[in-house]
Amino acid sequence: MTDSLTFVGRSLRHSVRSVDALLTAILLPVAIMLLFVYVFGGALAPHGRYVDYVVPGIIVLCAGFGSAGTAVAVAQDMTTGVVDRFRTLPISAAAVLTGHVVASVARNALSTLLVLGVALLAGFRPTADPLNWLAAAGLLLALMTAISWLAACFGLLARSIEAANAVTFAAAFIPYLSSAFVPVDTMPAGLRAVATHQPVTPITDTLRALMLDQPAPHALTALAWCAAGIVAGRIGAAYLFRRPRPNG
Amino acid sequence: MAYTIETHGLTKAFKGHRVLESLDLHVAPGEVFALLGPNGAGKTTTVRILATLESPDGGTARVAGHDVVTQPGKVRERISLTAQEAAVDGVLTGAENLRMMARLRRVPDPRQRAAELLERFDLQDAADRRVATYSGGMRRRLDLALGLVTQPAVIFLDEPSTGLDPRSRLAVWEAVKQLKDEGATILLTTQYLEEADRLADRIAVLNHGRIAAQGTAAELKQRVAGETLELFFAGDAQLAQAQRTLHGRPDSDTLSLKVPADGPHDVKRALDALDGVPIDRLELHAPTLDDVFLSLT
Repeated sequence: MTDSLTFVGRSLRHSVRSVDALLTAILLPVAIMLLFVYVFGGALAPHGRYVDYVVPGIIVLCAGFGSAGTAVAVAQDMTTGVVDRFRTLPISAAAVLTGHVVASVARNALSTLLVLGVALLAGFRPTADPLNWLAAAGLLLALMTAISWLAACFGLLARSIEAANAVTFAAAFIPYLSSAFVPVDTMPAGLRAVATHQPVTPITDTLRALMLDQPAPHALTALAWCAAGIVAGRIGAAYLFRRPRPNG
Repeated sequence: MAYTIETHGLTKAFKGHRVLESLDLHVAPGEVFALLGPNGAGKTTTVRILATLESPDGGTARVAGHDVVTQPGKVRERISLTAQEAAVDGVLTGAENLRMMARLRRVPDPRQRAAELLERFDLQDAADRRVATYSGGMRRRLDLALGLVTQPAVIFLDEPSTGLDPRSRLAVWEAVKQLKDEGATILLTTQYLEEADRLADRIAVLNHGRIAAQGTAAELKQRVAGETLELFFAGDAQLAQAQRTLHGRPDSDTLSLKVPADGPHDVKRALDALDGVPIDRLELHAPTLDDVFLSLT
């Protein structure tokens, strides 16, 4: 536990000191949101309030995209000798990665707040009560934690920083095949089946329902996906961290 | 006798390429032991196995009384590794690197310990600069300091002075001597005979994953011809003729013949024995790592 805190401190310092990466992580989500609300919004829902539909989707997209950046941070560690020093210390295998994950969640919580703030300025009108907000925050934190741990696994598997970057890029596309931007029943049958059953759809639907004070029938599915991601990612990452590197 | 580092029949292969072939090592407590060998001899692999970073394919290895495969946690509590590539965090400052390591090693006062090490390794002035701005020598000194936030019983140094300027190299050598005086057992790898000679109590010459010879520096030198006389000829015929009388090691590319020569008498004897075979020129070489190998393998 103490070791994890030490590594959280290290990763937070890293986050704050790579100014360009931090700016990208915070400003890109805002740009994406403005793009959807003002550029696509008119065509996608000419009469409805698309902004209310899409903001929860954007938040999920940004949380996923930002958390996937953990892969790059971990890969960066693996390509320098410093990780060998950590691996010869009598510490828990997960401590280094816990540092990365917690810093990632902190970064993304910050950028999510910013996105939400800009969304309110752009006309987003959530109707959630405090309890709903709390639940929404909890779900988002669980999502960020899950994706950060899974991304850490990819960062450990990647042979280079570029490869880890590609993972982040691919992860940003998954939300497009979900209910994040358009309702799934507007999609062709085959695609609809994929979109309905992939994790982003129940998570986005639940977040939207919480924010707009609607019933959330898929809340348990959403939580189960997040929990599964956290458990699988954490176990996988600890194993991969101790695994001897190829060509060591 | 209980050895601090002990391996039996250690083997390791990467993708079918055998790097270690049945390696046996015995390092006594408080000893400085050098693994001497060229690139690819298996030095780094040996150190990585002993430092719990790789597992061996076969054989056993014990460090500070614990098996590296079955009790890696116990081993990690007693070792420190300074790898070939400086294992420092470039984004953090030197002081932050040291404080982080001190916290991870459960040092009671990390700030105090960091300050001590910065002073000992002459890094006070750079303490609050990011390590990414350090020179190679400074990084290596910080790297060494990071390995010493606690007093490890066993210290692994993988090519500690490779790529260093002479001043930093001397600083590293001084540090090794001081650690030995404080009672640490040190296993270091090197490509340089001189480094092994200066620092090590005993040396093992590693070649193709096997120990070609081991002993004190003096013992090893006795096994190598003191100096080598290299004779250059105008053509293959002369080279062949010279080899018939002198034996030695011919090199058909440079048209030269190397023969052991201990002092002027041997040189004179060799030249006399040539008996009229024309020589282009000659060179006299002091023993090098090359000669140690060639005579031992």
